[in-house]
Amino acid sequence: MEFWKDPINTIFASMMESFTSGGMSDVLARVLIYLIGILLFVTFAMVLDIFLVWIERKVVARFQDRLGPNRIGPFGIFQPFADIVKLLIKEDITPVGADVVMFNLAPIFSMMSVLLLWAIMPFAPNMFGVDLNVGMLYLVAAGSIGTLSVIMAGWASNNKYALLGAFRTVAQMVSYEIPMVAALLVVTLLAGTMGAVGIVGAQEGVSFFWLSPLAFLIFLISAIAELGRSPFDLNEAESEIVAGFHTEYTGMKFGLFYAGELLHSFTFGGFIALLFFGGHRLFGLENLFPTPIWGALIFIGKAIFFYWVIMWIKYTVPRIRVDHMLAFNWKFLTPLAFILLMVTALVGRLFLESAWLVPALFISNILLAWLTVEYLKSHARKEREKEEASKQSATLAEQH
Amino acid sequence: MQNPWMYVGLFVLVGLLIPVAAIAIGAILGPKKPNAIKQSTYECGIETVGDNWVQFKAQYYIFALVFLVFDVETVFLFPWAVSLNKLPLFAVFEGIIFILILLAGLVYAWKKGMLEWV
Repeated sequence: MEFWKDPINTIFASMMESFTSGGMSDVLARVLIYLIGILLFVTFAMVLDIFLVWIERKVVARFQDRLGPNRIGPFGIFQPFADIVKLLIKEDITPVGADVVMFNLAPIFSMMSVLLLWAIMPFAPNMFGVDLNVGMLYLVAAGSIGTLSVIMAGWASNNKYALLGAFRTVAQMVSYEIPMVAALLVVTLLAGTMGAVGIVGAQEGVSFFWLSPLAFLIFLISAIAELGRSPFDLNEAESEIVAGFHTEYTGMKFGLFYAGELLHSFTFGGFIALLFFGGHRLFGLENLFPTPIWGALIFIGKAIFFYWVIMWIKYTVPRIRVDHMLAFNWKFLTPLAFILLMVTALVGRLFLESAWLVPALFISNILLAWLTVEYLKSHARKEREKEEASKQSATLAEQH
Repeated sequence: MQNPWMYVGLFVLVGLLIPVAAIAIGAILGPKKPNAIKQSTYECGIETVGDNWVQFKAQYYIFALVFLVFDVETVFLFPWAVSLNKLPLFAVFEGIIFILILLAGLVYAWKKGMLEWV
């Protein structure tokens, strides 16, 4: 029974004991056990990734009124394995004039940046890789490596389309990092810590979604932009610039970009679950079995739910234009995120240790959202009137 | 956990190893029959026109600059956000003034027309 309460640390302690009793130094034993653990962890992530490909293809098929893969295995579940075999036996083509080192490093970095995020993912109490005290900064930093890999791929490909995709990335992924950081700041402010485990722990009573629904929306939108998924898939817009930054990639290198994107979506689904929906908690159901594995299963379920929400948005909303995308970020999302941060700081501080903290924060968020919508409405009305007035004066000028 | 960054360092190693292994297996299994046409740069099926590393709009550069200002300044906000509940009310207002100065920079860039896509 003791084992199931804390399986990871129990295994760690017993392995540590058997390693050090053989005369191995403490540090070396630790490094070896970490390596074994990380290898298992990453392998789990990759296997999950294979199923994410299947889920993605099945769900997009249903959204588009098709059946999706259904030939290989029950419900086509072995389709991604066949895909992997196909990708592995494809020829690896490097275009003439490409920067070979950068060209090969880009897909590796793309996958690594996603895997790095898994290091701080707290699946359940006592079931996480590591609890960094600067977790949220780490999340932003590791995400930036993904952006870098896209720029590297576009630049090194020696292809105009790839380069255009990379430029768009500079404008997009980099811009949407600002509202994302602001939303993370709101969460940090509410939790009083940057560590992922601490943030989950701070949501013991009420999850942060109820404290700051606006921050959740801002985080969701900027996460989708950060992932480069539709409606923000400008960096690989199929109908405009072929495949964007990965136009020249073939075989497994393309596969790594594709798998990396899907795993990135899932990872961000997990981060939404842990930042705003209490991680492994689900209305007290997490206490059903006294083992963190159950909590981890709930967490993965939540992550898959938010992965599905991201897919839902992807296949519902058409692509946004590049100037609209930038205006939306810099003229709407960024100011709103920072105003929200100020309001949360002030309200959170004024109602500190008072029973009114949760309702006050919730009402302030709703109020801010309502004011924003009203302001946008009046602004749009003014713009429309201006346009109509100019149209009228043009027709008047024509008549004379 | 003695040093969490040791774990992160090992994670970077393994995170590099797995994609490298995938690419290496692909390179071993796949055919290798390069020819000039296959390796030429893709451009709608015709031969490429001019230099492939084209000039880019200065606009992208300006957005990257505005981003840089914000990104560096938000790093200063994280410590403030972490210790907010322990700070006096005065420090909260100081943080808010800092954010307002930050936003003033954004408004300045906006009024200067840097945020317009021309």
